[in-house]
Amino acid sequence: MCDTCGCNITPGNRHLAYKPVNGGTSAISVLKKLLAHNDDQAAHNRAHFDTRGILTINLMSSPGSGKTALLEATIDALKDEFRLAVIEGDLETENDAARIRARGVPAYQITTGSACHLDAHMVHEALHHLNLSMVDILFVENVGNLVCPASFDLGQHRNVTLLSVTEGDDKPAKYPVMFRAADAVVLSKIDLLPVLDDFDPARAEQCLRQLASTVPLLPLSARKGQGMAAWYDWLRSELAAQRARVSAGQTVKPYIQPDGARLHAEVG
Amino acid sequence: MHELSVCQALVNQVVEIAQQNSAHTVQLITLYIGPLAGVEPALLVSAFPLAAAGTVAASAQLVIEPQPLRVHCQTCGADTEATPNRLLCGICGDYHTQLISGDELMLANLELIT
Ligand SMILES: [Zn+2]
Repeated sequence: MCDTCGCNITPGNRHLAYKPVNGGTSAISVLKKLLAHNDDQAAHNRAHFDTRGILTINLMSSPGSGKTALLEATIDALKDEFRLAVIEGDLETENDAARIRARGVPAYQITTGSACHLDAHMVHEALHHLNLSMVDILFVENVGNLVCPASFDLGQHRNVTLLSVTEGDDKPAKYPVMFRAADAVVLSKIDLLPVLDDFDPARAEQCLRQLASTVPLLPLSARKGQGMAAWYDWLRSELAAQRARVSAGQTVKPYIQPDGARLHAEVG
Repeated sequence: MHELSVCQALVNQVVEIAQQNSAHTVQLITLYIGPLAGVEPALLVSAFPLAAAGTVAASAQLVIEPQPLRVHCQTCGADTEATPNRLLCGICGDYHTQLISGDELMLANLELIT
């Protein structure tokens, strides 16, 4: 048995193995979130939004699930009702921001290079390229990826996760971290349901509820204009809620960082 | 994968704490990671040497303590074990549950050599 390389440490005895600590070394209890620095920046971003009464929504999904198409339809329907702006996250191209700008809404493109997610620092940088005094709802279209974006708070108030019916109806079970983080789940491209025999919306909802998620599931087709009214109503009610919070001096974070970790941290 | 970003955040925190404690070497880093943290412990371990290279944590041993996944039922009040894609109450089966533990992504302890 070797006491230096850790080869004899098991989950059962690990807590004994490293105590007591010898002279010259000191053990420090930290109990801090690994992404605390990102979270601080996210809180700063959120304060930017709150002082201006902006509702910020983070859109997440697999690549090709229709985030940009949903934004385009939303802009066409709501741009006279609300002042909208978009931050686009993409690995390489400017294409998505160009599609948004073509509809008369300010958009800033973050090209992440190799990073598979946006973080709070990238979003903060982007905020300095947008005139926030002219915005009611800011959409952040995250990099298409059902894993990494869920771990990084950007300062948004709400997360919306899209699940296209061209993907599997068991995606919520396969990507629980992402779907748990959603404050609303959009079931997109439902106009294709008649030609797909292997996607059952009821099963998708069942997988979502098994994650203890009580959030709204909004089936829609941005291309065919089906189910859009419920999405717009959700946006209107979220903006009203955000304005009520702002006038009460309060803010809100997405469901993404729930009570478990916080309680755990306070105990320590 | 985002595990490298997470490792860089970890190393930044560790280096900061080492400096505050005037330590020249970090010997051991213990993390608490729950099944719903959104990171793969194995990927974190393999990304760590890359993120730690050239810092006081370069030779540190990274120990990951998995955390149990437990939920509290808002309907019947029971606290039970759960799995990442089935966070239902283990007693009554209801989905109105709250996570008590299992999404931790925390730096728990450090052993420093001063
Ligand atoms: Zn119960």
